[in-house]
Amino acid sequence: MSGLDKMRETFRRDQVWNFLMPRYTYEDVLDTSKGPILYLEDVTVSFDGFRALDDLTLYINDGELRCIIGANGAGKTTMMDVITGKTRPDHGSVFYGQRIDLLRLSEPEIAALGIGRKFQKPTVFEQHDVLVNLELSMRMDKRVWTTLSARLSGEQRDRIDEVLEIIGLKNEAYKRAGLLSHGQKQWLEIGMLLMQDPRLLLVDEPVAGMTGHETERTAELLTSLAGQHSVVVVEHDMEFVRSIARTVTVLHQGSVLAQGDMDTVQNDPRVREVYLGD
Amino acid sequence: MSYLQQYFQSDRAGNSMLGALLAIAILVPILNLAVPESSVFHVSTYTVTLIGKYLTYALLALAVDLIWGYCGILSLGHGAFFALGGYVMGMYLMRQIGDRGVYGNPELPDFMVFLNWQELPWYWYGFDMFWFAALMVILVPGLLAFVFGWLAFRSRVTGVYLSIITQALTYALMLAFFRNEMGFGGNNGLTDFKDILGYSLQSDYTRAGLFAASALILVLAYLLCRNIVNSKLGRVVVAVRDSEDRTRFLGYRVEYYKLWLFVLSAVLAGIAGALYVPQVGIINPGEFSPLNSIELVIWVAIGGRGTLYGAIAGAILVNLSKTWFTGVLPEGWIFALGAMFVVVTLYLPRGLAGLITRKQAQT
Repeated sequence: MSGLDKMRETFRRDQVWNFLMPRYTYEDVLDTSKGPILYLEDVTVSFDGFRALDDLTLYINDGELRCIIGANGAGKTTMMDVITGKTRPDHGSVFYGQRIDLLRLSEPEIAALGIGRKFQKPTVFEQHDVLVNLELSMRMDKRVWTTLSARLSGEQRDRIDEVLEIIGLKNEAYKRAGLLSHGQKQWLEIGMLLMQDPRLLLVDEPVAGMTGHETERTAELLTSLAGQHSVVVVEHDMEFVRSIARTVTVLHQGSVLAQGDMDTVQNDPRVREVYLGD
Repeated sequence: MSYLQQYFQSDRAGNSMLGALLAIAILVPILNLAVPESSVFHVSTYTVTLIGKYLTYALLALAVDLIWGYCGILSLGHGAFFALGGYVMGMYLMRQIGDRGVYGNPELPDFMVFLNWQELPWYWYGFDMFWFAALMVILVPGLLAFVFGWLAFRSRVTGVYLSIITQALTYALMLAFFRNEMGFGGNNGLTDFKDILGYSLQSDYTRAGLFAASALILVLAYLLCRNIVNSKLGRVVVAVRDSEDRTRFLGYRVEYYKLWLFVLSAVLAGIAGALYVPQVGIINPGEFSPLNSIELVIWVAIGGRGTLYGAIAGAILVNLSKTWFTGVLPEGWIFALGAMFVVVTLYLPRGLAGLITRKQAQT
C-alpha cells in the first residue's frame, strides 16, 4: 500500500480511530448467538517438523462443560497455548465468539476478554498470601498506572471472601500460598480463575495430585460452573472425566479422533485402540 | 504473618534507617562546620566526603534492589546508568569552569582545546545551565533504560540472558567513552571542577551541603520505593518475579511493568551518579567498567535483597570495610569481598537483613 493510500485509509470519514473508540468489555463484543463460544478451525502447529496440532477443528458451545482426553503428546496443552495466545499456529483460525479473532491478540488481551487458564502444574504466587493471590487475579483495569493507586473496595473484598468460600480456603486466607498443600494450590488456582470472572475456563489437569475427596469436590465445583461459564477440562483421570463429562473429545496426534458422550467414546473401536490400549 | 498486615505495619528496620539517615544529614555537617578541629567530636571534611560517597552508592544499591529484589531482573549493567548520571553532572561542572581552565578558553573545556577542537559539539549545548543538566540527569539514563528495556522485555529476554546483555551494554559504553572523538574527555574523563551553582567545590560548606543533599535524596528515594513496593503495583511486580507466565495469563502486561520499574531504577541510579561526581571530583570511563556493576550487585546481596533497607546497609557496610581493608591490606580486598559474598550466600541467603527479620520472627 502506498503512503497516499495509507493516509486515505487513516482519514476515511466513515470510521472512528481506534484510540477514540470507547473501551469495550468482552460482554459488549462477544457474540455467541450461533451457539459456539470458541471456534478452532484447521489449526496446525508444528515444532521442528513435529505436528503437535494437525488440522484441528473443534467447537466449544457457550455454557458447556467439555472434557478433552488424549494420550501424552496428543496436543492438549498446545491447544490451550494456541487459544491463550502463547503459541501462534502455522495456519488455521481461532475465533472467540463470532467476532473476536484470538490470533491477533496478545496473552494479556485474551485474558482480559474473559478466557482464564489453569496450568498443568499448579502455578500460584508462592510468596504472596492466598488473599493477595486472589486480589491480583481480580477482573479490573490492569494497566500500570491504575494498578499503582489501586485500593480494594468493599465490594471487591466481598467478592474475594465469596471465592475463598467456594474454594474452601477461608481459614488459609492469610497463609502464604507457598505453604499450601498441592491440592489446595490447585484450588487456589481455580479460585484465581474465578476472580477473573471469565466466560471461558481452560482447566489443565485439575485433579492431579488430589485425594479422592478433593477430586469429588473439584468435580462438583466444575459442574456448578458450567452454564454460566464454558469450561474446557483436560484430564487423564478417567474416573473423574466420567463423573463430570457430558461431551468428551478425544485428541490423537493433534486432531480430533472421536467425540460424543462418555459411553460412545469409550466404545469407539479407534479410541480403544489408541487410547485405552486394547 | 500476613503480607497485607506487614504492609500496613510500619517497616521498623526501614524507619530506624530513615531516622539514622536524617540524623546524620543534620549532625555530620554540624560536627564538621561548627565543632572546632581540636575537639574529639569534629568530623573531618575527608570523612564527610567519604560518607557522602557511600550515600550515593547506597542510592545506587537501592535502585538495583528495586528491580532485582522485587522484580527479579538481575541487571549487571546498572553502573552504566550511574556513570551516565555522573557524566551529565560532570558536563555541567566542566562548563562552570569557564575561562579558569589551564588554557583559559571561556567556551571550550581543556580537553577540547587540547584536541584542537574549534567549537563546542552540539550535545554539549545547554549544560552551562543547572536546570538543563538536572533534567538530563533524569532523561539520559531514563531514555537509555527505556529503549533498552523496551527491546529486551518485549522480546521476553529474561534471566541470565538479560544479565549478559546488560553487562554488554555497560561494556560497550565504557569502550565508547574511552574514545576521544566521543567528546567526553576520553580516558581522562572530566575533572578539575571548580564550583557548583556558584559555590566552590573546595569549600567545606559546599561539601557539607552536598553531603546533606545526598542523605536527603536517599531518604526521599527510599520513601518513594517503599510506597511503590507496598502498593498493588509492588505486589504485581513480586508476582512477575515469582511466576511471569501466571501474571501474564491473568491479564497483566508484564513487559510494561518491568519496563516502568527498570526506567525508574535507572533514573535513581543516574541521580546517584550525579551526586557522586561533585563529591569525588572526577568522572572517567572506568565507572562503566563491568566490574563496578557486579560489585554493586554484591552489596545488595550482602545487605539482603528485597528489603530496600538491606541494600542501603549493604552498600554502606561493604564500602566501609573496603576503605578500611584497602588501607590495611590493599591486595587482599578482592579476596575479602569474594569471601564475604560466599559466606553470605551460604549462611545468610537473605543477607544481613535476613538476620533482622529472623530475630523479629523469634520475638
